Amino acid sequence: MPELIIPMVFKEIVNLMHKEFLLEWRQKHALGGIVLYLVSTIFICYLSFAGIMTVATWNALFWIIIAFATLNLVLKSFNDETSGRKLYLYTLVSPSAIIFSKILINAIVMMVLGILGFLLFNLFMGNIAGTNVSYWLVLLIGVVGFASLLTMISAIASQAKNNFTLMAILGFPLLLPLLLVLIRASLAAIQGAGILDIVGDLLVILLLVMISLTLSSILFPYLWKE
Amino acid sequence: MTKKYWNYTWKIFTILLLVYVIMGGLLFDVPALPVIHQTIRNIYFHVGMWFSMIFILFLGFLFSLMYLRSFDLKYDRMAFATVKTGLVFGILGIITGMIWAQNTWGTWWLNDPKLNGAAVGILVYLAYLILRASLDDPEKRARLAAVYKIFAFVIMFVFIMILPRISGPSIHPGVDGNPALATGDLAPVMRKVFFPAILGWILFSYWIYTIVERTDKISEKINYLNSEN
Repeated sequence: MPELIIPMVFKEIVNLMHKEFLLEWRQKHALGGIVLYLVSTIFICYLSFAGIMTVATWNALFWIIIAFATLNLVLKSFNDETSGRKLYLYTLVSPSAIIFSKILINAIVMMVLGILGFLLFNLFMGNIAGTNVSYWLVLLIGVVGFASLLTMISAIASQAKNNFTLMAILGFPLLLPLLLVLIRASLAAIQGAGILDIVGDLLVILLLVMISLTLSSILFPYLWKE
Repeated sequence: MTKKYWNYTWKIFTILLLVYVIMGGLLFDVPALPVIHQTIRNIYFHVGMWFSMIFILFLGFLFSLMYLRSFDLKYDRMAFATVKTGLVFGILGIITGMIWAQNTWGTWWLNDPKLNGAAVGILVYLAYLILRASLDDPEKRARLAAVYKIFAFVIMFVFIMILPRISGPSIHPGVDGNPALATGDLAPVMRKVFFPAILGWILFSYWIYTIVERTDKISEKINYLNSEN
């Protein structure tokens, strides 16, 4: 009865997202930590790169900062699951619902952080792409891509020691294709390309998101059961 | 009986093939091209390394899939052995390429999509080794390693497909897409060494893989016996 199962998964995802959202909200200090991380990194770059900034550097630097911020955010998505709660969820919902809800909540939080980071970056490093619609589009799709790729890596790394290092070395090589397309598309956007000019790159990003979602839903069940 | 016979026949065949490739590769005539000159002989060795690496790592991808289907630790051991073997061939591929690049391009490394793709692929598999090293429980290690390997393999495959698109043209010889199979460009005199070379190196890499796998199996057994006493 697929007609019955599909809405059930959606309902599970919505409920889980509600749970994730409440958890995030109750641990506002953790989220605040990431915001501060973003602000400090941007400020350090502002002081270090003063005077030697070109448009291309500006753009590449921004994406690297966003990549590190995503890494920090996604890192904790599986760490605060206690084993008791894991078991409880395991009996209640399907593994795909869990990974999708985590990816979605990470993507939503990352969109907010990405917008915040972008505004700060424009404030400190010079207003280069402030009202550029294509840039905003690339930004929003890009952070969703980061979140969807790294959430699965976080699920793997959270089960091992040495979390942060492992997360970075497992994640960065895989993030590279996305990062390169994003830097290319956003640079084109700054240089005045319209949405139609970068639609090919956006499709590549969406393709990567689709692939990582598919792989996550296939592979996550193997990580979940212990 | 026939199986045992076959067990060493293909190894003898591999040795003969590689002896022919090394001798022919170094001695046979090659077309005289500007800049490249004699360094063209590197194609018999450098390209062979990449074919072997891709063959071995694809095998490893299949073993990881088989592990997740069966949860038999045998497949995990096999998958681990493929990564160790594949990495050695990959690093040899990079070294042979770098020596060639120094003599023709005048630099050890440059920012080129094919070179970067190779480097990132090697980084992914080194990360796989670190992931394994940081887990103690064999079942858990096997499960996580297999999941990461499958995830990474598919993403890397897509990466290599889209890389030429994002990085622009490559200075590396060979057609866009697959750098090695540009046989149309290959002089007929070189084909009679090139094709045996590919086959020879692939068979050789598989041979090395079986040795690595058996060594791991024996050391597992020794560890098990030691822990019993």
